[in-house]
Amino acid sequence: MLTYVAKRILLAIPTLLIVAIAVFAMLHLIPGDPAQLMLGDLENPEALARLHTELGLDRPLVVQFAMWIGRALHGDLGVSIVQQRPVLDMLLDAFAVTASIVVPAVAIAALLAIPLGMLAAWKQNTKVDAGLMMLAIVFLSIPSFWLGLLFLMFFGLKLDLFPVVGYVSPFGNFREGVSYLVMPVMSLALIETGVIVRMARASTIEVLRLEYITHARAKGLSEPIVALRHALKNTLAPTWTVIGLTLGSLLGGAVVTETVFTIPGIGRLLVDSIFARDYPVVQGALLFITAIYVGVNLLIDLSYPLFDPRVRLS
Amino acid sequence: MKRRLFHRPNARIGATLIVVMLIAAAFGVMYTPYDPIINNLHMRLVAPSALHWLGTDEWGRDVFSRLLNGASVSVLVSFSTVLVSVASGALIGALTGYFGGWPSRIVMLFVDALLAFPSLIMALGVIAVFGASSMGVIAALSLTYIPAVARVVRANVLSLREKEYVEASRIMGNAELYTMLRHALPNAVAPIIVLATALFGWALLAESALSFLGLGVPPPASSWGGMLADSRNYVSEAPWLAIAPGLAISLSLLGVNLFGDALRDEFDPYMKNLG
Repeated sequence: MLTYVAKRILLAIPTLLIVAIAVFAMLHLIPGDPAQLMLGDLENPEALARLHTELGLDRPLVVQFAMWIGRALHGDLGVSIVQQRPVLDMLLDAFAVTASIVVPAVAIAALLAIPLGMLAAWKQNTKVDAGLMMLAIVFLSIPSFWLGLLFLMFFGLKLDLFPVVGYVSPFGNFREGVSYLVMPVMSLALIETGVIVRMARASTIEVLRLEYITHARAKGLSEPIVALRHALKNTLAPTWTVIGLTLGSLLGGAVVTETVFTIPGIGRLLVDSIFARDYPVVQGALLFITAIYVGVNLLIDLSYPLFDPRVRLS
Repeated sequence: MKRRLFHRPNARIGATLIVVMLIAAAFGVMYTPYDPIINNLHMRLVAPSALHWLGTDEWGRDVFSRLLNGASVSVLVSFSTVLVSVASGALIGALTGYFGGWPSRIVMLFVDALLAFPSLIMALGVIAVFGASSMGVIAALSLTYIPAVARVVRANVLSLREKEYVEASRIMGNAELYTMLRHALPNAVAPIIVLATALFGWALLAESALSFLGLGVPPPASSWGGMLADSRNYVSEAPWLAIAPGLAISLSLLGVNLFGDALRDEFDPYMKNLG
């Protein structure tokens, strides 16, 4: 078990290294002096010279990369041109905001999708199944930013149920915070339900074909017991992967939903920094988001045995 | 196969929606009722009527004309993305799958690392370098999808390489490259078609998301995502601005998804009961 964990973590290192090289190379692919890009439009020869030595721009690229990655590993991702704040602080603040939308959204989606997917599988090739799958593909086809916009128009403006734009941390003021969260969370959750329900149905159908299910039924167990005690656990393993992928990519990329509701999340921070040419933040955000994505996937991989003891971690 | 494919109602609905999208795109290039780009400030935010079927936007431009024009932008960008990513991905996948060895392993290491980026985030990174333009979007999205194509093609070629007819071609003295292109690659076409259909849908959605963020095809060219982004300032006065482009994206995606599912079921009967 421990060797598997160690091996799996070691395997993530070359991936992250290549990701880091790509992000580092980015600044050198943009025409112009990287130090000037870092400073933005500021005309300040002194600062420019200082940054040149700091970044080691007169040294070979390999050395520059080593210096950059060394600082990044110590949590120093540089300072934002626009806000003059350490990039890591900004990323952590924005990440907390994104997580407060994405985690509830994925949790709600999973809690809706798994029972519905199992139901569709149980009623395979009936009207219930066809109806649920049609609904799933419809939600899958609606862009999250449009659904968000429709929610905003209907629940926000027409019915005046929820505040339309902005964000209040639910950790500070719970009631108000939640009222700001409802629409973004629901618009993300509905669409992700469409994704997860298809996987849940597919893996349930796989499981229902197995002999131990036939055996459980032959013993005279009722269908709900077969579903809950026997099928559920094995259904969860593949569905869990999809949930993890969704969680990982949304934690870094709920950017369109954040834009619709003007939420200061990490995706929005990345896009705003691209517009502002705030390259230290762009690089930091790309690195941070990818590390989160790789990390979440790693955790998902490592958690398989909880669902399926047949996965021998060796 | 063709006849059976269209026996599925989902395939028929999907194909119909795709054809409607393509017709709209063709009109977007050749003929629109009004000019989709030139402003007409006397006609700002006019509600839908017989003259302007879907109303006008904040610059007095006809929404229906902009929708047609946006269709051609979306279809062109998505189609080019699929073309570039399938061609390069298939080449990388076929070469590494067929020849193997340490060069392949190094290439695949990079391919896997690219897969570690969440796709929209990677596209944003590429656009941060190249800037927002049609070419920038195509380059960004292609680079995002190449790894997935390479993986699928490589897996297929790896198993095809061991087939008797490939062996036979080799024994007949055909060059390796010829054998790969003539015998191995064509037999990986079915999964490539299924993947290409899915990619078209992903590209369509990603293009509209990028345009929505203001990092896609730059104005004044119309794009569905850009129209949605502009509509946000007028949600209470002119809700029609948000309805039409959103429906256009959703129906196009629904068409691609329905058709893609049917196609996959047809090529891979085992998946039929699972999808």
